[in-house]
Amino acid sequence: MLGILNGRVYDPANGVDGQVQDIWVQDGRIVAADQVPNREAAEIFDAAGLVVMPGGVDIHSHIAGSKVNAGRRMCPEDHRADTGAQNGVTRSGGGHSVPTTFATGYHYLEMGYTTVMEAAMPPLLARHTHEEMNDVPLLDKGAYTLMGNNRFLLGCLGHRQKAKARDFAAWLLEASRGYAIKIVNPGGVENWKAGKRETDLDDPVLGWDATPREIILALADISTELGLPHGPHLHVNRLGQAGNASTTIRTIEALDGRRTHLAHLQFASYGGGGRHPLRSAAAEVAAAVNANHNVTADIGQVVFGPTTTMTADGPLEHTLHQLSGSKWLNNDVEEETGGGVVPMNHARRNTVSALQWCIGMELFLSLEDPWRTFLTTDHPNGGPFTAYPEIIHCLMDREFRSQMLSSLPDKAQSRCGLAGLQREYSLQEIVIITRAGTARALGLANKGHLGVGADADIAVYAPQLNWSMMFRRARLVVKGGRVVVRDGQVVAVCPGHTLCVTPGWDEGILPSLREHFEQHYTVGFDNYAVQDDYVPYCEVIRCK
Amino acid sequence: MSATVLQARANLTLPVEADSITPDRIDGLQQVAVGNLPILYGREWAPLGDLFAVSGDGRADLVLEGDLTHVKRIGQGMTRGTIAIHGNAGLHLGSQMRGGEITVDSNVGGWAGAHMAGGRLRIYGDAGPMLGSAYPGERRGMTGGVILVEGSAAARVGERMRRGLIAVGGSTGDFPGARMIAGSLFVFGQLGPRAGAGMKRGSIVSLGSLASGVLPTFQYSCRFAPGFLQLYLRYLLRWGMPVTPAHLQGQYQRYTGDINTLGKGEILIYDQH
Repeated sequence: MLGILNGRVYDPANGVDGQVQDIWVQDGRIVAADQVPNREAAEIFDAAGLVVMPGGVDIHSHIAGSKVNAGRRMCPEDHRADTGAQNGVTRSGGGHSVPTTFATGYHYLEMGYTTVMEAAMPPLLARHTHEEMNDVPLLDKGAYTLMGNNRFLLGCLGHRQKAKARDFAAWLLEASRGYAIKIVNPGGVENWKAGKRETDLDDPVLGWDATPREIILALADISTELGLPHGPHLHVNRLGQAGNASTTIRTIEALDGRRTHLAHLQFASYGGGGRHPLRSAAAEVAAAVNANHNVTADIGQVVFGPTTTMTADGPLEHTLHQLSGSKWLNNDVEEETGGGVVPMNHARRNTVSALQWCIGMELFLSLEDPWRTFLTTDHPNGGPFTAYPEIIHCLMDREFRSQMLSSLPDKAQSRCGLAGLQREYSLQEIVIITRAGTARALGLANKGHLGVGADADIAVYAPQLNWSMMFRRARLVVKGGRVVVRDGQVVAVCPGHTLCVTPGWDEGILPSLREHFEQHYTVGFDNYAVQDDYVPYCEVIRCK
Repeated sequence: MSATVLQARANLTLPVEADSITPDRIDGLQQVAVGNLPILYGREWAPLGDLFAVSGDGRADLVLEGDLTHVKRIGQGMTRGTIAIHGNAGLHLGSQMRGGEITVDSNVGGWAGAHMAGGRLRIYGDAGPMLGSAYPGERRGMTGGVILVEGSAAARVGERMRRGLIAVGGSTGDFPGARMIAGSLFVFGQLGPRAGAGMKRGSIVSLGSLASGVLPTFQYSCRFAPGFLQLYLRYLLRWGMPVTPAHLQGQYQRYTGDINTLGKGEILIYDQH
């Protein structure tokens, strides 16, 4: 039993905005004060003068799996400068933009995050993803299953077999132990494998009677029919290309009320293109998101410095490789998706990187509903997650943000509307975009709030000279009722849960699936699904 | 003013991470403070004084004595002063150094002078692999300074070298000058196989023999007496490298490559006929 007393509590899901309250914890859950039978026996943490909020929930981060590990292997330079030694509690680990599994868990926890979602899991490589996620200590984790370029699914859609597509999606989620449907450059990765460089919303997918629009709408409908806790997680077509804002806006309009999450919106909010230089189209995209309440978005903020980009969008990584001349890894996941890794340096003096930073900030400040706007860096694509405190500082401190903006190249400043935005986030809004809102968008009823019955995932911060310092290291972090961080240091280690869904499917699909595997896969059908042994701490989140 | 002497107390059999042994860190410290500098011995941190007997206050000129085969990162990142090592030295000697001079009486481990940007590293014995090279994943290795080896060097000397000079009095292992971007590599003994593989620019000069022929991705260019080579060889002679009058007056065969990459590098082979 634990009591966190006299803290200033920020719990927007329950309408608490900085009031001094006590939080009581028993058996891993938050309980009401009058339900605590023997307070004298409880461990007490005096939080007077401190800020108490739910543990952070990161809705989009690449922390485990084949491409993450490929990034580690091809970027040993990323690990040399940032190492951590074991200290009796924690194990050794390191890495700046692609930390090792242990370091990932420790760094998130030290910042007060307790739940993180791996943003892209190829089903064929799901075992690897789960093995790495099991190695990430302390955090609760889930993974989004990639489907937007799956050939079996494309075949179903091409033959207008929507029920079969739905059952396949449900089966694939269960087989891969995924949490939500992930769509990356739908049809575009498949087209790139056939030699087509760029695919827009209504371009045909070569060899399949389908378009990206049809894939997105079908998977959005399937997600709703299956009652998945989190809507389809969409990485739109033409991501990272100049002028892609029109594609993003048309995608939002095409969704027509269907619940969808737009991933790393910053990379999809570019104007210009052709003969016109890159410029911000954040205002237009933000207007579209503001007008469509079915849509949530995380930003994918760029932060300056070296990082490692990685995505299932193989053509995008090829473009980045051509632009930067940096080393490149390409991966073809048979029948399912692609992928690539390219190390990058988001240099402050580089106009494009600076403009990306501005566009991200502009989106943060232009999106009106914090419950539909979430803080991410698309770790590690925009920068490492350890930069979240710096981003929060920019959002909460207009003067600091102005200083940052004034240090950027003039061209970047003139091609965006950031200078005219005066908004400052309140602490309550920060709590929403980092935990309460993300938990709600993920359908995690027991996370992101401090109400009775919630998981006892709690972060306590000490006010500092600036917001960045405050959020860099939590004074206290409680995970599942257990104190795991004190004074910014991990003091106890335990495994986290793997969050997954079991939506149910019609077994009539199995014969055709088996035939498909026998004809096209290098893996036998009976060996494909992830066994229970790979998810020893599985927590099934109920579908509606 | 006398030097600061660090005498190894015993046979150091466990790996020692000694990046605190640089003139930059030690200069100006009292003797006690030098002895208290942290050093990683095996997996435990220890004060430097536990492993080395310290004589004198901290100076910019250091003398290290004893078998330091397992002592790594001596002089890492140093910018000034001198380090004289009487005995062997371990891995990463003088890596990332930007100034000053290190001399070693005997042999050194791998990665000596890796990412070196300035200063001079003088090795009177043999050097391990990756002399003056790039660490894994990095785009550039040595970017400045001079490395002189009187003995031989193992594989991958000067890999991804961008600027600077490496001279090896003996032979080299495989892949000398592989992926060189620029800079100069002189080998007085036998030039190892696959020299200059993937090199873009820069010069590899063979003044002895070849372990195997030049790679097929190098084109024969001409036979001539390069003027710039005279200048280099006179410097090397002054530094005690085994330059002969014949080297100074002789003809050289020039091969250009590697045409798999940019193809603007050159291998100059001293023509003994």
